[in-house]
Amino acid sequence: MPGERGPILAMRGMSKRFGSVQANADVDLVLRPGDILGLLGENGAGKTTLMNMLFGTYTPDSGEIEIDGRPVAISNSADALASGVGMVHQHFHLVPRLTVLENLMIGRPGSGGRLDRRGARGKLAQIADRFGLTLDPDTLVSALAIGEQQRLEIIKALFRDARILILDEPTAVLTPQEADALFDALRAMAGDGLGIIFISHKLYEVKAITNRAMIMRRGKVTATIDDIGAVSERQLGELMCGHEIRPPEKPASEPGEALLTLREISTEPGAAGEGVPLRAVSLEVRAGEVLGIAGVSGNGQLEVAEIIAGVRTSASGELTVAGQVVVYPNPRAIQDLRVGRIPEDRLGTGLISSLPMSDSMVLPRIHQAPFSRFGVIDRKRTREFVEHQVERFDIKCAATDVRTGTLSGGNLQKVLLARELAFDPLVVLAAQPTRGLDVGAAQFVHERFLEVRQAGGAILLISEDLEELFLLSDRIAVMYEGRIMDTLPIEEATVQKVGLLMAGAETAA
Amino acid sequence: MIQLRLETRQHTPAWLRLALPLFAILATLVVCGGLVTLAGASVLEAYSKLLLSAVSSKFNFVETLVKAAPIAFTGLAVAVAFRAKFWNIGAEGQLLAGAMAAAFIGGRGALPGWSLVPLMLFSGMAAGAAWALIPAWLKTRYKVDDVVTTLLLNFIMFYLMMALVDGPWKDPLSGYPDSPDIRMDAEFPILLGGTRLHLGVVLAFVAAPLIWFLMRRTTAGFNIRAVGESATAARYAGINIPVVIVGTAALSGALAGLAGVGEVGGIHFQVMAGLSPGYGYTGIVIATLALLNPLGVLPAAFFFAVIITGAEAMSRATGVPVFLADVFQGVALISMLIAILFTQYRVRLRR
Repeated sequence: MPGERGPILAMRGMSKRFGSVQANADVDLVLRPGDILGLLGENGAGKTTLMNMLFGTYTPDSGEIEIDGRPVAISNSADALASGVGMVHQHFHLVPRLTVLENLMIGRPGSGGRLDRRGARGKLAQIADRFGLTLDPDTLVSALAIGEQQRLEIIKALFRDARILILDEPTAVLTPQEADALFDALRAMAGDGLGIIFISHKLYEVKAITNRAMIMRRGKVTATIDDIGAVSERQLGELMCGHEIRPPEKPASEPGEALLTLREISTEPGAAGEGVPLRAVSLEVRAGEVLGIAGVSGNGQLEVAEIIAGVRTSASGELTVAGQVVVYPNPRAIQDLRVGRIPEDRLGTGLISSLPMSDSMVLPRIHQAPFSRFGVIDRKRTREFVEHQVERFDIKCAATDVRTGTLSGGNLQKVLLARELAFDPLVVLAAQPTRGLDVGAAQFVHERFLEVRQAGGAILLISEDLEELFLLSDRIAVMYEGRIMDTLPIEEATVQKVGLLMAGAETAA
Repeated sequence: MIQLRLETRQHTPAWLRLALPLFAILATLVVCGGLVTLAGASVLEAYSKLLLSAVSSKFNFVETLVKAAPIAFTGLAVAVAFRAKFWNIGAEGQLLAGAMAAAFIGGRGALPGWSLVPLMLFSGMAAGAAWALIPAWLKTRYKVDDVVTTLLLNFIMFYLMMALVDGPWKDPLSGYPDSPDIRMDAEFPILLGGTRLHLGVVLAFVAAPLIWFLMRRTTAGFNIRAVGESATAARYAGINIPVVIVGTAALSGALAGLAGVGEVGGIHFQVMAGLSPGYGYTGIVIATLALLNPLGVLPAAFFFAVIITGAEAMSRATGVPVFLADVFQGVALISMLIAILFTQYRVRLRR
């Protein structure tokens, strides 16, 4: 039984401050061999900060770390690895032009500069044997799928004899089936006496895989749950965001005529492995309907969004908005056809970090009335518009001219929503609209989308969050390698079916 | 242990925008004070000459204004271009292009006298703009680095000018490598008798608020700033990036060209090797010191005019070489680049 042995890891009184933000305040964490500890919290709750202190990325302002009962000083990732701490980040740290085996050997304290390939091979086979984590040692990393790259990151940690493994939102890039395989491997590791810290904000996953959980809010531990089976998902959610959560109501809606149509859109392959080419993508979003697009990151969803936004040109096919064929798609023509666009990268593509928030909010429409006349900006009207939107969308900012980049993620998304929804769009294109937002902010976004749907707008929702897709969509299209595998009415869609299609299965039988 | 930390600012207070250039100048004075001492002069005496001779008489004051005009134009040129992150280091070459166009037009006997000054202004702007369009085209079409092209085009233009004035365009009367003088009708009107206060000086003072209005109050200026701050977001919002870059480059080049027109029409009446002692480069220092604000360019240009005119008085009185003025510019640029950090960050002391 886990718990009878002494803790493998104990963190006590960990504190870290960034400027005026107390990212971690007096946080304690105990991990025992065999534990899979869920670390839950909204964005900015301090989960990642805590883990970065354990992995040596940040130096704590105060607090101590003990591994196997011995105090350790971890001031960089090499110290962490030497102490048996491994971390799998959301963004992988792999060298694409080297093989699996070579990636494992990078940074290994070698024997006098000699590479011990044979030894490495043996160890890799051993890891595959023990945990069911198999990879061909001689494949180039660039040829690995995302899920396999993640497996390699985990193997990398085990290769360094990590006994404490930190996984930061590991399922974000996986299909549901791949996630299940990951969970099996994690259980095998826990059974072997490793301690695992699983960072997530997906409640059902935490319920499914962990045996204990720690919930953080605003840099503090707000709850520690020693038996995950004793709490419900809903209770976890409420502990996490500090108030009751009620999913938005999705009223019945009778879809009308098609407002957005993609017919057989194909694109040229990008330069140097950039994205995937689209292959005859056909889609139709009707008035009063939410069409969800599911898919593992990088299967053409971004390309579809860019085609519709008018920033990527297609090699063939036709884009139609409200019955009008868009002959030369460009961002302004698309906007003039009343398409609102919420891009995936809200601060890099949607808004301008260094300009005042008020400028970001009027960016795509400054050339039009009421914001300007004959090329001269109407400052009064512009200010009135911005102030009105700030009030309407409850955007929290000290002043309307603060630098855009200083707003929080939720407020940034509100600025974008205000901008794109202000002129009654017929079509809304939203890519990952709630990524990184806390539960409250995500709910706000969902409610706005449902309002547009009620008002007879068409919404194309591209998301990697299946929960969100199932919550909002009327139909779900699944993309795989630049193709639409199938489009399922929500009544027929199940996580199982969608997951198979995401993995490239031809039919969701 | 006391730690120095940089924190991001939400806001840059207005007083700081004013204080930073002053702080940078103060730092420059301190650093250059060391050099003055090394040169064996009294810092106080040297600085009083350097800073005060410009305002010691009406004549000196007007001369300082005359010196400020070309560097105000190049400062505006750089300020406009840098806003779009078009790194125009080529104001020097664009100035020379404008000067050559003005000297050529100003020497045409066939043109009616009244048309000369307007035509010189127009052709000078066109020539400066055209010279700036080359790097803009290379940047937007072929992604060639604009820092390199704008800088190298300066040397091309300078040696092209020297080749011309030492060859087909050589003044037959003087025999020196100068261009022939422009016609009397082409000389800029003098606004204050007994001085060199010419039309170009007034134009510089008019141009600054006009450019400010363009940058802050029009959609064109909005687009320039948007492209400069984030080309990705600007493009997504429907702004045509190449058009904005090319337009900004043309405007920048035209402003630099006007600096050259003023020097030909109001001061030298010809082009020759010493036409611009690096006014284009001084423009970079001025624009930086002004935090790219067109209105700030005027006081910054005036300040450097004070340094340039004062350096000679200082040299005569104390023996400190006039080259201190160049050192001063360089140190001021570096000081200001450091000071600009404080518009985005604040320093916190922590124990």
